[in-house]
Amino acid sequence: MATTTVWFIIIAFLWTGYFFLEGFDFGVGVLLPVLGRDDTERRVLINTIGPVWDGNEVWFIVAGAATFAAFPEWYATLFSGFYLPLLAILLALIVRGVAFEYRGKRDDARWRRRWDRAIFWGSVVPAFLWGVAFANLVRGVPLDAAHEYAGTLGDLLSPFALLGGLTTLTLFVLHGAVFVALKTTGDVRRRANRAARVMVTAAIAVGGLFLLLTQLLYGKPVTWLTVAAAVTGLAVAAVAGARGREGWAFAGTGTAIAFAVATLFLALFPHVMPSTLDAANGLTTSNAASSPYTLKIMTIVALTFTPMVMLYQGWTYWVFRRRIGTHHIPRPVA
Amino acid sequence: MDPLDIARWQFGITTVYHFFFVPLTIGLSALVAGLQTAWVRTGRTDYLRATKFWGKLFLINFAMGIVTGIVQEFQFGMNWSAYSRFVGDVFGAPLAIEGLLAFFVESTFLGLWIFGWDRLPKRIHLACIWLVAFGTLLSAYFILAANSWMQHPVGYHLSGATGRAELTDFWAVLTNSTMLVAFPHTITAAFVTAGLFIVGVSAWHLARRKHVEVFRSSLKMALVVTLVSAVGVAITGDVQGKVMTAQQPMKMAAAEALYSTEQPASFSILTVGTLDGGREVYSVKVPRLLSFLATGSFKGRVQGINDVQAAEQAKYGPGDYRPVIPLAYWNFRIMVGVGFLTALIALLGLWLLRRGRLPSNRWVWRVGVLALALPFVGNSAGWIFTEMGRQPWSVYGVMKTASSVSPTVGATSMLISVIALTTLYGVLMVIEAGLMVRYVKAGPPSETEVLAPPGGDGADSEQSLTFAY
Repeated sequence: MATTTVWFIIIAFLWTGYFFLEGFDFGVGVLLPVLGRDDTERRVLINTIGPVWDGNEVWFIVAGAATFAAFPEWYATLFSGFYLPLLAILLALIVRGVAFEYRGKRDDARWRRRWDRAIFWGSVVPAFLWGVAFANLVRGVPLDAAHEYAGTLGDLLSPFALLGGLTTLTLFVLHGAVFVALKTTGDVRRRANRAARVMVTAAIAVGGLFLLLTQLLYGKPVTWLTVAAAVTGLAVAAVAGARGREGWAFAGTGTAIAFAVATLFLALFPHVMPSTLDAANGLTTSNAASSPYTLKIMTIVALTFTPMVMLYQGWTYWVFRRRIGTHHIPRPVA
Repeated sequence: MDPLDIARWQFGITTVYHFFFVPLTIGLSALVAGLQTAWVRTGRTDYLRATKFWGKLFLINFAMGIVTGIVQEFQFGMNWSAYSRFVGDVFGAPLAIEGLLAFFVESTFLGLWIFGWDRLPKRIHLACIWLVAFGTLLSAYFILAANSWMQHPVGYHLSGATGRAELTDFWAVLTNSTMLVAFPHTITAAFVTAGLFIVGVSAWHLARRKHVEVFRSSLKMALVVTLVSAVGVAITGDVQGKVMTAQQPMKMAAAEALYSTEQPASFSILTVGTLDGGREVYSVKVPRLLSFLATGSFKGRVQGINDVQAAEQAKYGPGDYRPVIPLAYWNFRIMVGVGFLTALIALLGLWLLRRGRLPSNRWVWRVGVLALALPFVGNSAGWIFTEMGRQPWSVYGVMKTASSVSPTVGATSMLISVIALTTLYGVLMVIEAGLMVRYVKAGPPSETEVLAPPGGDGADSEQSLTFAY
């Protein structure tokens, strides 16, 4: 296999890991005002992801940096072309990251309410915009002969892209609801299960439509399989959720996210950023790539260290595997 | 406004802002790890209280370091896409490896450390904070390798086929002579920063004779760390000056506002004048010192700005190769001045505390508290000098800053970005400072607080968590 293809797969893998992991912590952030009726319940929600959200976010940072190293042309065009949406994502992630750490640092209801709002918006905005960005990648954007983005902000907001945004948002909220159900006890858990039942219907409707459209417009024969696998994951989540099998439901939403991402990357390949102006202007795994020497070094590094990262991050989840409830929450600090 | 100017402002603002938090993170993580080690080895509660106290301040600071770091990575793609296209093959690799090797370690093990007090065996929990400290050093290594490549590009060739810089020797990038001096210089400065941070906070409490049992030992430790590190900063800075003179003669000439070549050259401690090569109103000079700083010999020849300008024009074609001289001149002086001042304060502090004394003069403690600000000023000045002194180049001798900017991003988008980020940074700075002051004033947790619950470890434990957000 060509190293450029290997790198396409590694980057697809990093994004899959990112959406699988941060998907549920975005979901928890969005559900914070819905599932947490009082401050203690909201703290239960935040603490389900407290030890891990930061490590989850690094998947995005590494995906971005890996794109820079392996496909500099892609990195340059993507981040300068999607300038304002990306800025919105960065602002949201800044506010969100600080909010988790600072929210509990003062025992003051107004202070906490503000940070709760920051967590909510800091989660909604990226959860939606990532879908918009990826839908645009698959659909293609206006690129000129120099591989520069030649469109406007409006070009990024087509109905297809907005549907993509709704898809990631609903998928992540569902994923988060199932995660909360799996990680908590008591009222929060009951409400999370109820929210998951509502969200799974929404996810099948919105996500199903988006994946079907993607398949019909940009799909390949093989992506029928990944679309089917993604929808099956949602069906498993629905059935398992109805029977109270929270672990299976989480595996179902995780599968759905992983195969939805796989569908998008497979539909994209061998392009990384197709052009709607002239097919010849599009960026592919070969014309966007770094030199073979750089790719070789990066391959060795990635194949050595990614499994290690997965091992110790997996261990973190094991250490904090216990369910938590309102009675576990210590007194707030003064 | 021109997109280039806005992009440069954004780079300057976000980088300096990010670097308020980074050195403190690097230094404090290791010092907190050291205190926790002392607790694990001796079992003395004072050390545990100190660990928790400094650990909390460390976390408030770390959160800001992380979130501002995200912008650093992505502004290369957003504002400097031409740069990213041209050098991504070389420059992207250390960034990606930083993320994969260091950043994952830092954030994962920090989560384990914050929440793992009652979940992990003592020694494994201790290993987590050491891994965080190690991760911050590794981060610094790769980021400085990337930055040093911009100062002194090595291990690459310009490809005729693709028209860009391509990596030929990754090992050369990782062992760049510029990096080998920049790394110890930055790390020792980070320890001075954390050291004086602890000195300042401890001084505030000790002046009021509060929590003496915790802060006396913290203060002693911090003063020793500061003194040793400040000496390290001076030594590495001196070596760096010589490497810099050899690699970027213009930067050294600008640092001294030396217009014509001199042999031997004197060092001006302070010059009042126009710094444009015109008249000098007033100046204090140390004969031959610049020669020594730049070349290692008191008789060395130091090139002046005008001669370097002529040489660079001959080499790279017509153009202005001079950075903004007053900026380079003054930031260099602030950096060096702060360096010596911190060493002096640490030395004085240790003398005043000898044999268990606790000075009663209020001015002693005031100076201790004020010293806290010094390293932040020095670090910022150092980076502004390093980065501005390299202008007009983004990659020295290879690519100019003016041709690095994104060609398709309009001034409006960039303006929105710089205003949004700067406003947010401003607000967050106020919040962070407020929280820091609040927690500093609250003081360390009491003995009963830190020893409260023995911690349950059963999966069905009904005990509350030792720590929760």
